Amino acid sequence: MVQFVMPKLGADMTQGKLVEWCKKPGQTIKRGEIIAIIETDKANVDTESFVDGVFESALVEPHDEWLPVGTPLAVIRVEGEVPADVTPAVQPVAAVTTVAVPAPSPAPAIRVPVAEAALERLKISPAARKRVLDLGIDSARLIGTGPGGRITLEDVERAAAAAPSAPGPTKVVDRAQRMRDAIAATMARSKQEIPHYYLGTTIVMAKALGWVEERNKERPVTERLLPGVLLIKAIALALRQVPELNGFWLNNHAERSRAIHVGVAISLRGGGLVAPALHDADQYSLNELMRRLQDLTKRARANSLRSSEMTDPTITVTSLGERGVDSVFGIIYPPQLALVGFGKLVERPWVVDGRIVAQPVVSATLSGDHRATDGHRGALLLDAIDHLLQEPEKL
Amino acid sequence: MNPEQIRNAVLAALSDIAPELDAQTIDPKAPLREELDLDSMDFLNFVLGLHKAFGVEIPEPDYRKMGTLDGCVAYLAEKMVAA
Repeated sequence: MVQFVMPKLGADMTQGKLVEWCKKPGQTIKRGEIIAIIETDKANVDTESFVDGVFESALVEPHDEWLPVGTPLAVIRVEGEVPADVTPAVQPVAAVTTVAVPAPSPAPAIRVPVAEAALERLKISPAARKRVLDLGIDSARLIGTGPGGRITLEDVERAAAAAPSAPGPTKVVDRAQRMRDAIAATMARSKQEIPHYYLGTTIVMAKALGWVEERNKERPVTERLLPGVLLIKAIALALRQVPELNGFWLNNHAERSRAIHVGVAISLRGGGLVAPALHDADQYSLNELMRRLQDLTKRARANSLRSSEMTDPTITVTSLGERGVDSVFGIIYPPQLALVGFGKLVERPWVVDGRIVAQPVVSATLSGDHRATDGHRGALLLDAIDHLLQEPEKL
Repeated sequence: MNPEQIRNAVLAALSDIAPELDAQTIDPKAPLREELDLDSMDFLNFVLGLHKAFGVEIPEPDYRKMGTLDGCVAYLAEKMVAA
C-alpha cells in the first residue's frame, strides 16, 4: 500500500486544497494518470499518480480547506498487493510514498524518513488543525494532551487563550495575493541561498528569423512557428553539450538530470507567473514543440497544469524581451541550477565582414548557481546556444 | 459584414486573449500589443481567432497592418471584399 499525500508542486508550495478526486475507490490507476485536482497558490493542478495500482480509499474529501504538504489524502494498493485494511502512516516526503505493507506482502516495503515537522502536523485532529488555521496560532505553541500526544481542539483553545498576542483570524487572501506571497518566499530563498553568477552575450538572429519567416510564409496561421520555439530548442540541445547546468541542487550537491525539461516562464494576465515544463524539449521537432508550447501557455493561463509540469523543470527560460526590455538577468528557481533569459529582438548596427550592417539581434543571459558550476561552463552554454541558432534548419 | 460587425468580431477575438479587456475604453488607434500587453503567443492566438471568425488567411507579413484596432478592422474589411 502507498499513500497519496498532499504533493509539493514546486519549491514555493507549502499547502494545497483538494478540489476533486478524479478516481473512485476500486478504480485502477496508472502511473502518470490524473488522480486528483489540487489547488495551489498558482494554479489548479491536475495531479498525476506516481505508481500503478488501485485507488483503495480516500482519506480526505474535497473541501475548502488548506492542507499542509505531506497530509495523507488517499491510499493506493500497488499492483500485485491483496486488498487489506490500512492503517495510515505518515509519509510526507513525496507525492506518493511507500508505507509499511501489511503481511503477507509481495514486495519489501521501502521506509522513507519522516520529517519531524510534518509528523507534528499530523498528530492533530482535522477539527483542531482547522481551528489553528482559523486562529492563526503558531503551531510551536501547541501542546498535545490527547492520545499519543495528539493535539485536540481543547489544546488549541487553551493555546489561543494563553496567547493574547496571537494574530487575529487568518486573513482570507485572494489567489493574486497568495501567488505574490509564494513568489516572494521562493525568490527570497533563492537570493539568500544561491550564489548567482551572471553572463550575457548578444546573438545575431538573422539566420534564425529568416528561416522562420521563409517557413511561415508557406503555412496557414494554424501551423506557424514563433521564434521563441527556436530559442527553447536551442537551449535544450545546448544542454546536451553542457549538461552541468541541467538539473537540481539537492543535499548540498548538484544532481544532473538526463532528461531536459525546459521550464517556460509564462506571465499571467492577473499578475504573477508560472514556469511549467516543456518535457523532453530536446527530443521534439520544432513543429511539435510549438504545438506543446501553445497548449502549455493556454493551460497555464486557464489555471490547468499537470503536477509533473510544475515539478519537473530542470532549467528555466524567461523571455522578457516580449515586454520590450533589452535584457533580463533572472533569479534561479530553486532547486534548479540555471536560468536563461532572452531580451527583445531588435535591429542593431553590426559588423559583418568588416562592414556595418543592420542585423536582428537578441540578448541572451545566463544566471548560474556558482555552487554547481563556474562561469566558464555557463559561457560554454551560451556559446552553444549561439552556434545552434546559426543553423536553424538543424534545430 | 459591415465595419461595425467587423469591429465587434475583432473585439470578441481580443477578449478571448485578454478577458479583462474593456471594449469601451480601448483606444482604436493605440498599438494593440502595448495597450493590451500581448506577447507574440497572444498575438498569434488573436490572429488564429480572426482566421476562424472570418475564414480568411492572414499571411505573416500582413501582421504589420494589424497593429491597432482600426488597422485590424480596415485590413479585414479589405480582405472580406477581396474574398
